Amino acid sequence: MAAPVVEVRGLVNQFGRQVVHRGLDMSVHSGEVFGVVGGSGSGKSVLLRSIIGLQKPKSGTVRLMGRDITQMSAAELHGVKAGYGVSFQQGALYSSLNVLQNIQLPMLEHLQLDDYALDALAMLKLRLVGLPADAARKFPAQLSGGMIKRVALARALALDPPLLFLDEPTSGLDPISAAAFDELLMYLQRELQLTVVMITHDLDTIFRTCNRVGVIVDGHMITDTLEGIVRSELPWIKAYFQGERARIHGVRHGT
Amino acid sequence: MFLEARREGSELTLALRGDWRVAQLPAIQAELDALTTVGVQRLRVNAAEASFDLSAAWLLHDRMQRWRATLSDIGFDGASPTALALIAHTLGDEQAIDAQLVPQGDTLATAAVESVGRRAVQSLDRAVDALGFLGHVSAALAVGLGRWKRLHPISIARHVYDTGLTAIPIVALIGFLISVILAYIGAEQLRKFGADIFVVDLVTIGVLREMGVLLTAIIVAGRSGSAFAAELGAMRLNEEIDALAATGVNHFETLVIPRLIGLMIALPLLTILADLIGIAGGALLCNWLLDMPLLHYVNRVQESIAPTTFWVGIWKAPVFAVLIAIAGTRCGLRVRGSSRHLGAMTTQAVVQSIFLVILADALFAVLFMELDV
Repeated sequence: MAAPVVEVRGLVNQFGRQVVHRGLDMSVHSGEVFGVVGGSGSGKSVLLRSIIGLQKPKSGTVRLMGRDITQMSAAELHGVKAGYGVSFQQGALYSSLNVLQNIQLPMLEHLQLDDYALDALAMLKLRLVGLPADAARKFPAQLSGGMIKRVALARALALDPPLLFLDEPTSGLDPISAAAFDELLMYLQRELQLTVVMITHDLDTIFRTCNRVGVIVDGHMITDTLEGIVRSELPWIKAYFQGERARIHGVRHGT
Repeated sequence: MFLEARREGSELTLALRGDWRVAQLPAIQAELDALTTVGVQRLRVNAAEASFDLSAAWLLHDRMQRWRATLSDIGFDGASPTALALIAHTLGDEQAIDAQLVPQGDTLATAAVESVGRRAVQSLDRAVDALGFLGHVSAALAVGLGRWKRLHPISIARHVYDTGLTAIPIVALIGFLISVILAYIGAEQLRKFGADIFVVDLVTIGVLREMGVLLTAIIVAGRSGSAFAAELGAMRLNEEIDALAATGVNHFETLVIPRLIGLMIALPLLTILADLIGIAGGALLCNWLLDMPLLHYVNRVQESIAPTTFWVGIWKAPVFAVLIAIAGTRCGLRVRGSSRHLGAMTTQAVVQSIFLVILADALFAVLFMELDV
């Protein structure tokens, strides 16, 4: 098997006396949709921040496409950042820019394109995530929650990255919008051959989209396929996946 | 080299090579621009040996779309890249993206007329809004004065601390600098007439009546007017104001009134401080510039000031405090939507409060003149 797209080894993160990760390992292979699950405060977002280079871990290595980002200079890291897209939990759209400008910002930072190409490519990404053309000139404050998530996804896709990080992509959406978003994500993942790492609490999303799931328990990650993780006997995982909501999926999926 | 062109008579064959990636778009674009299609009737594109990401595929799509306008026979030799199918599917019926771009806006002339109209309507709205704001504040104040607990004494204390205590160093420094300015100007001019002693009058009356309170108010407008606007604006963006309203809490009572009263307490105290430092600074400067002994200075200060001099200055402070608090909190509560608007409103809070303070001071000057105090 080829080298993992994302490889985390022995990650330790600590804030004051609070240890968040105690030697966490994680690897994601090309073309996978990898779900990261964990209780509130288990360090999912800190893990994401460590992987994308926003947070320097106390120790451990983080390799993106085979390159260790913890040892990189700021200039090298800047180059790596063109290789992945991130969508943040609240969308994190720049509120003073309109939708089209939001999508264009990564392109302006990393590419030298003329205005025509900038507009056309941003429009293409906008249509790709299923938004109408007239959303282009709207400002984030004028968008609904579902549209914000889609614009954030379009912005994450601005540079055609092979790797996508999504922090709670469907949180705050109604089940129908969430299902539509999952479908969009699957469509894009298939068409663009994306590798996706996704933090989510949405069991529907996990069962619809993920190939493998990593559960953060006590600062470590337990990784398995969906079928494997559902059968786990660890108390937290058991409670998470075998609760009332999960049972519905169990019936549907026959596990 | 991303493409290889072979021309045979009126037939052009393009063999695409390598990784067409978004990072290479300018280079690919340059190679495509270098192609000449004059006299070409048949164009064949062979994409079998190249790979595409979506942006690069768009570039190919866009070019082929343009060539299609002039060439009748255009197509792929072998399979077309899969990414092109995705683009075609995404764009649906309208294949050219630029046709779907939303127009940027109206023409300059209509935009100008529209902007004048919009401003006029907005000014009216704003005046009505300001009146409403004052009404709400007065109503909340009336309720609060009836039952002192509803004035939120702890919150008031916090604002006295934030706007008053933390401003002491800068206000003290300003007070001293005012006395330096007044003493220097005075010493320079009055010495010509041998009226050195009147430097003391200039400093004490200048500081007590005008400069102490005015400059303190301007500093506080800059510090606290902006802080009020930024804090309330961020609360508005964070939906905290809505959360208060949904709980049935009157945000004028909980957010505006404590700031208003806190500043009304803090600003007069800061003014007294600025006055004291100003007078003390005057003593230092007179001693230094004019060799005036301290006792002499104190005697002259007592002779120069009328009983009203100090009170004329100090009475203005609460009025300025009201103006600053109202301008700051109102601008903060008017923030809507974006962080950019928050910045604009914070700026406006400072500009408005300083303007109102100076305007009020001018009115006071005329008023006191007429009243002969």
